[in-house]
Amino acid sequence: MNASDTVERDWTAFSESLPDGKSKLALAVEGIYCPACMTRIEKGLMDLDGVSNARVNLSSHRLAVTWDPEETNPDILLQRLNSLGYGAHPFDPGRVKSDEQRENQRLLRALAVAGFASMNVMLLSVSVWSGNVSDITDETRDFFHWLSAFITLPAAAYAGQPFFRSAWRVLRKGHVNMDVPISIGVILALFLSVLQTIQSEKHAYFESALMLLFFLLVGRWLDHMMRLKTRSFAENLTALKAETAMKLFADGALREVPLSKIESGDKVLVRPGERVSVDGTVLSGSSQIDQSLVTGETKLVDVAEGDAVYAGTLNGEHALTISVTAAAKGTLLDEVNRLIDDAMEARSGYRQLADRAAELYAPIVHTASALTFVAWWLYGIGWQPSLVIAISVLIITCPCALGLAIPAVQVVASGSLFRNQVLLNRSDALERISDIDMVVFDKTGTLTRPIAGIVNGEDYDPESLNLAIALAKASSHPLSAALAGMDRRISPMSGVTEEKGKGLSAEWKGETLRLGSPLFCGAEKEAETVRVAHPMASLLAFAREGQAPMVFALEQQLRTDAKEVIAQLKASGKSLLILSGDQPRAVEAIATELGIEHYEAGISPTDKIARIEAEKAKGHKVMMVGDGLNDAPALAAANVSLSPVTAAHVSQAASDALFLGEKLAPVLHALDIGKKARRIMEQNLWLATLYNIVAVPIAIAGYVTPLIAALAMSGSSLVVTLNALRARAKSDPWFTDNVAFDEALNDQAPGADRP
Amino acid sequence: MNALLFLIPVALILGGLGLVGFLWSLKSDQYEDIQGAAYRILDDDDLSPEEQAKINAKSEPTDKKG
Repeated sequence: MNASDTVERDWTAFSESLPDGKSKLALAVEGIYCPACMTRIEKGLMDLDGVSNARVNLSSHRLAVTWDPEETNPDILLQRLNSLGYGAHPFDPGRVKSDEQRENQRLLRALAVAGFASMNVMLLSVSVWSGNVSDITDETRDFFHWLSAFITLPAAAYAGQPFFRSAWRVLRKGHVNMDVPISIGVILALFLSVLQTIQSEKHAYFESALMLLFFLLVGRWLDHMMRLKTRSFAENLTALKAETAMKLFADGALREVPLSKIESGDKVLVRPGERVSVDGTVLSGSSQIDQSLVTGETKLVDVAEGDAVYAGTLNGEHALTISVTAAAKGTLLDEVNRLIDDAMEARSGYRQLADRAAELYAPIVHTASALTFVAWWLYGIGWQPSLVIAISVLIITCPCALGLAIPAVQVVASGSLFRNQVLLNRSDALERISDIDMVVFDKTGTLTRPIAGIVNGEDYDPESLNLAIALAKASSHPLSAALAGMDRRISPMSGVTEEKGKGLSAEWKGETLRLGSPLFCGAEKEAETVRVAHPMASLLAFAREGQAPMVFALEQQLRTDAKEVIAQLKASGKSLLILSGDQPRAVEAIATELGIEHYEAGISPTDKIARIEAEKAKGHKVMMVGDGLNDAPALAAANVSLSPVTAAHVSQAASDALFLGEKLAPVLHALDIGKKARRIMEQNLWLATLYNIVAVPIAIAGYVTPLIAALAMSGSSLVVTLNALRARAKSDPWFTDNVAFDEALNDQAPGADRP
Repeated sequence: MNALLFLIPVALILGGLGLVGFLWSLKSDQYEDIQGAAYRILDDDDLSPEEQAKINAKSEPTDKKG
């Protein structure tokens, strides 16, 4: 039985109150496949009394509902959604509207302003240029220039902020990034243009400055869009995995609240079969806990009063009351976080490709432009025309194409990765993936499936097996859940009674069925035989009256395509290594089966980091694939890291990318697409360089008119963007976003994350 | 020259209107769900009963013939 039906959610912690007395709630909705779902959900909810607005976001699979708390409540809303056939989970309001989203809006606004201003100023500039060669009067030209200044100065002051701010930030720290030459170029060009206008000269460069800003903002926005999209899907996944806890309030009430509202010292209840979502000590109750996600250990561990439990572990068959310590010092989570911070610090020495390019370019560009200025001045054409030429050198060089070169590729590649079921967490991971020559795997949950599978299922007759599965479905014990996962079509048996700590029993057609420990089922003798055959397995017995009892051995099972993936990795010349916290025998068995020669078992998070650092010191570029809390620091320490979407929360945050689904193949795709993306990024940088080699001498020679500079700039940006489109994978399986997303959810092992 | 005196303000005002329009649509979250918006156009359910009746009245005769 799932106890969640009886416990109320603390809705005030999830919803926000609007000024007009209504309440608003954000929900992640499962099972939206098509536009028809959108109207069905909206109509279905709007028909309820008291619901004033319901709007589905089809792109992100989210629903926003506004209702009048006097007339209805969220439980009714969720019931209606369920009856319509959609599962929904409330968002933790602490993370609904992220900074990234606000930043995205800021960039779009800046982009709009830059676009508007550059169009109008370009119109005026073209008139001036054509007038210069025919019959424009000085008054008209001055008027046009003043008008341009009037439009440009406020527009540039607004639209240039993302660059000015970032340039100022790094300059203060004594570094240079791409934004520095951009900012200097734009500000100098504006300053000079105003000066030229005051002196009613023939040329001003307002349009160049604005166009530069516009193109760069496009690049910046693309870069942002990519991260935003990944982020929103990852957030949906966490919402669907119910990042909540059952909090025991001082008045004895028990309500479900989001994790962000839990503090150290609070009491929470963990029900049978539920994932523990906090670190803490057990106050009352005793149970068995599956710690595979935390330590890699596959056997169930007994916990009782006073024992420590960790977030990410799976509770067995008894309820536990836990006093939360997650915020206090000395917990496993603290230790892991500290290790992650250290490891991240060590990695931050790595610079993004574009920034490194800028660091090389910037001095060259600045020196070239400064030398140009001095040379022309000494030549005797006056300081102002010299400065004009120097600025055109500064503007015509790298920033524009360079600003687009990397983000454009990242956007295309991350889209391609997404269709191959990989969510990119950090955009610069693509650049790091390409030179990986060693892949380190965690065992439990990574090479093997997160939940144990049955290894001797075919030994028994199908009818009894189906009965056992039907019985197992009535329980949420990790072992039952694994048995239940063998066949999803079988429906749970009714009238099941559960004896705490022993097992389940039910009446079926006059027979008594029992499922549970070998002792409970009277199968001690059979259990001994199975234990000899499968020494590493946890045992689960099933007894029917008048028949020999069955004893199932539950062992870690490999992900379905693990063998092929490992073989392909080997074929492509990667060194492979398994680092696991599990017992040596279990690791050895898996390593032999996969043909991986190097493995280490029973090691701690600190050892994992040490091993990876050692490999890095030997010159290896290491990719770590892991899912447990104990892997998180190692994930942060490796050059690149990947974790399955079923991983512990901390590990997901520490890794560069997440992969969805039951297969290991996304690891290959990530390597593949990352390599390709890196190649295209480098091509783009070369294209930008080539363009500079051609354009800079012309600019230094003083032959660049503003029109040519503008055309060259747009041209180079276009070439770079088109080249980026090639970053799509050759064999892009046409998953629509929806399919990939929903598959990921369905693929989670049953019972793994019961809300 | 005289034409410019009003053409330039007109161009600026029209462009400015476009900009204001974009900023307004951005602020009112119209770019939150571009995929969904494409399908909402096809949805007739938001029509008032009278409008619905009008459409039905128009399409009914042809339906009967068919």
